[in-house]
Amino acid sequence: MASTEKNYDVIVVGGGHNGLVNGAYLAKSGLKVLIVERRHLVGGAAITEELRPGFHFTSFSYALSLLRPDIVHELDLVRHGFMPILMPSSFAPMENGDYLLLGQDRDENIKEIMRHSPHDADAMDRYEYDVERVCQLVKPLLDKVPPNIFGGSPEDLEETADLVKHLKGADRKVIHDLVRLLTGSAADFLDDYFESDILKGYIASSGIIGTKVGPLSQGSGMVLLYHSIGEHDGHFGAWSFHKGGNGGFTQVLARAARAYGVEIMLNAPVASVITRNGAAVGVALEDGTELTARTVVSALDPRRTFTQLVQPRELPGDLVENINRMRFQGTSAKVNFALDGAPRYPALGDRTDQYLGFVNIGPSMEYLERAFDDAKYGWYSQRPYIDCAIQSFVDPDMAPPGKHVMSCFVQYAPYHLKGSDWDTEREPFADTVQATLESFFPGFGDLVLQREVKTPLDIERTVGLTEGNIFAGEFFAPQMYFFRPAPGWSQYRTPIDGYYQCGSGTHPGGCVMGAPGKLASQQILRDLKASDG
Amino acid sequence: MIKKTPFYERLDQLNESQRWGHWSGYLSALTYGMSPKHEYFAVRNSAGFFDTSPLYKHRISGPDAERLLAGVMTRDIRQCRPGKAQYTVWCDDRGFVLEDGVVFRHSETDFLLTAAEPNFGYLGDLVGRLDVTIEDVTDDFGMLAVQGPRSRAILAKLAPEVEKLAYFEHADAKIAKAPVTISRTGYTGDLGFEVRVARDEALSVLDAVIEAGEGHGLRPFGEEALLMTRIEAGLVLINVEFFSSRYAYTDHDRITPKELGFGWMLKGIDADDRPFIGRDAIRRELADRTSRWASVGLVLDWADYDRVYNQAGLIPPKDETPQEYDSMLYDADGERIGYATSLMYSPMLQRHIALARVRPDLAASGTRVNLELTINHHYETVVAEVTRPPFFNPPRKTA
Repeated sequence: MASTEKNYDVIVVGGGHNGLVNGAYLAKSGLKVLIVERRHLVGGAAITEELRPGFHFTSFSYALSLLRPDIVHELDLVRHGFMPILMPSSFAPMENGDYLLLGQDRDENIKEIMRHSPHDADAMDRYEYDVERVCQLVKPLLDKVPPNIFGGSPEDLEETADLVKHLKGADRKVIHDLVRLLTGSAADFLDDYFESDILKGYIASSGIIGTKVGPLSQGSGMVLLYHSIGEHDGHFGAWSFHKGGNGGFTQVLARAARAYGVEIMLNAPVASVITRNGAAVGVALEDGTELTARTVVSALDPRRTFTQLVQPRELPGDLVENINRMRFQGTSAKVNFALDGAPRYPALGDRTDQYLGFVNIGPSMEYLERAFDDAKYGWYSQRPYIDCAIQSFVDPDMAPPGKHVMSCFVQYAPYHLKGSDWDTEREPFADTVQATLESFFPGFGDLVLQREVKTPLDIERTVGLTEGNIFAGEFFAPQMYFFRPAPGWSQYRTPIDGYYQCGSGTHPGGCVMGAPGKLASQQILRDLKASDG
Repeated sequence: MIKKTPFYERLDQLNESQRWGHWSGYLSALTYGMSPKHEYFAVRNSAGFFDTSPLYKHRISGPDAERLLAGVMTRDIRQCRPGKAQYTVWCDDRGFVLEDGVVFRHSETDFLLTAAEPNFGYLGDLVGRLDVTIEDVTDDFGMLAVQGPRSRAILAKLAPEVEKLAYFEHADAKIAKAPVTISRTGYTGDLGFEVRVARDEALSVLDAVIEAGEGHGLRPFGEEALLMTRIEAGLVLINVEFFSSRYAYTDHDRITPKELGFGWMLKGIDADDRPFIGRDAIRRELADRTSRWASVGLVLDWADYDRVYNQAGLIPPKDETPQEYDSMLYDADGERIGYATSLMYSPMLQRHIALARVRPDLAASGTRVNLELTINHHYETVVAEVTRPPFFNPPRKTA
């Protein structure tokens, strides 16, 4: 076996956004860091590719919201080209041809909501206020390593006590709302405020993203809360594009990482982590190359981190059992289009300003729930939920003048199909999506120049996410916070000395957030300092 | 009756928000859409256009025009060749700033001065026996600023001359058959141009620009977005960063070019044989080091900012609307050491920035100061670091 001369302090396996964040923080603190990436480009699921001359596709991840602001500052990302383009509006077409179009002006939004329901006119303010209070309470937990409630060390006890103290300081209504969101359904929560189907459908859509739940399922409340905590410029729930797509963002991260001295090795799939006497000492690439380091960090999902990069038999049985029963069950897909022009929404004539942010095809909770019904029984939705984003309307670098790229996030598309497989169903599935779009935007099909389909199987094959789960592990309460990815292993360490985890399968979880990468780096630095005395 | 600029008819149709302000007697859009932030993003990310027609336009011409301007303006107009423009201030004889503006030199004897306030009488009174004509041509022209990374590509479709224009150069060209003057100037700190066109042909030029901008993300932007970009660019604004010395009641409201951050305009003033208004006072100020203030930029410490709001139980506000009032600055001992004149959250930089004035001995980049905010109805301070504006200065601005 070949062995390189180089010796690193840290090798990070996987150049997704969390791997890049993790590597950048470690290099910033003076460590010699190598990031090894299986593919020919970094970014993981956050990549932009020019699949047709002039047309830049965000094949997988397509927008930013939960990215932690401290990472932007601490890694000096602005200097490396960080540029979020905030979305000024959200557009929700309806099946009867009407629509809900919400923008930046509160009073105008109230008037728009009143078209659908006078009752709901003041509901939006009440809803947003209540959810913001919950976000205010929960947000600090995203930026901290979860306490080890199973541990007995003085630090464990102190951190657990800090958590209790933090929660005890909160208003009882806020705590109650928090528990209702964490344990209940989006439908139950939204029914308290709203009566309008379109408004409920629009908001409830955030409660199903990436997760195998319908808006009536328990658990959708937590997903809804999660998607409300994202902040841009101090506004909870705000979303933005990044200049050049989410691939533009990970290129910024890569530039920042390199500026701190990180080396990035592309086309370098890792076969396994090398361990000696229960400690990680490096990685072996699939071509046989061995690279050594005293610390190895996996930015891959928990299934790969614990059962593929290392031998499960080196690990405690309960951890292996928990990782094996962890739910992935990817349920979302992407269908992306190159378009010859702007889609036309009949009720808005030739207007196109409704396309500056998300276009939400999920006109009622019933529509979403029926879409989920198909998935429950092992098939993709016949009338799917679609979150469309046409970034080229706000970022002219994405497509030639007058042309557009349209990213469509589609649900439900369960990883396991009953009686068929995704290689067979890829195009029929995309036809279903396109037919749904055609029903809202007549003439849509005539605009399509090219179509890119990414089923859960494609996500797994290309990006490496188990079963194509976009969060690297389902957002279910028993898989969150001090249970993520497994009870007792939520603090980024593993049972193998010097082997750490920093992917979205760790706290706080998925989305282009960066928090797992950053928190893992803090833990690693603490441990290195302790072991160096 | 409020006046309408030559572009108004079309801008009115484009203005969804119908939020108009009054600027020098003209209707001027504050915003076009419902939020200035997205107009701001267009300028930084694609392109935007802004109607600058209300600026006062002074045509100064005749064999002695250069002599007049050389004797009034703080910068030496003799260094400005035809086809170039010069940003300058002019001062009173105590060396305090009266106003600022841009002088475009069209020929040896023909100049155009644009300024926020009228100066026809002031300049006229200074003509004496010189052979100079000063005319008000404000209403003769429309002026359209086209700003942002895509501005050159858009305008080049109409007038290839812009490809060759260097920063602060101008050239005559034609757009939609109308003669125009295009200058590489602006108030956004980005790549950008200003197009001057005769009143009657303004609309057809605007329409041509809008058409050329299709697919390039071009959109109109109003005063609110402009003010965001100008703070990021570190550009001062009369009646915010400074007041005309002519109308100040006390010297607290007066400021010298050096104090206002225009030391660069004064380079070589010792060797300058040109008698201009305020020269002797400015030379004395520089020689005796009597400047009271240094103008600087401040970048607020984001973590400290969030901390004080979080501790107060509030969500840290990150409002991009510039706040144009004095925020006091203190040193570590609580002594007052200056004040901020404009404070805003910069979406590009993802942090709060301010234009400010500090004691000259505290002007070095990296100096830490405490900026006062009002939180829950009492005063708090947030740590800020002194820096040199511009805060945002893309290479494309001058490249």
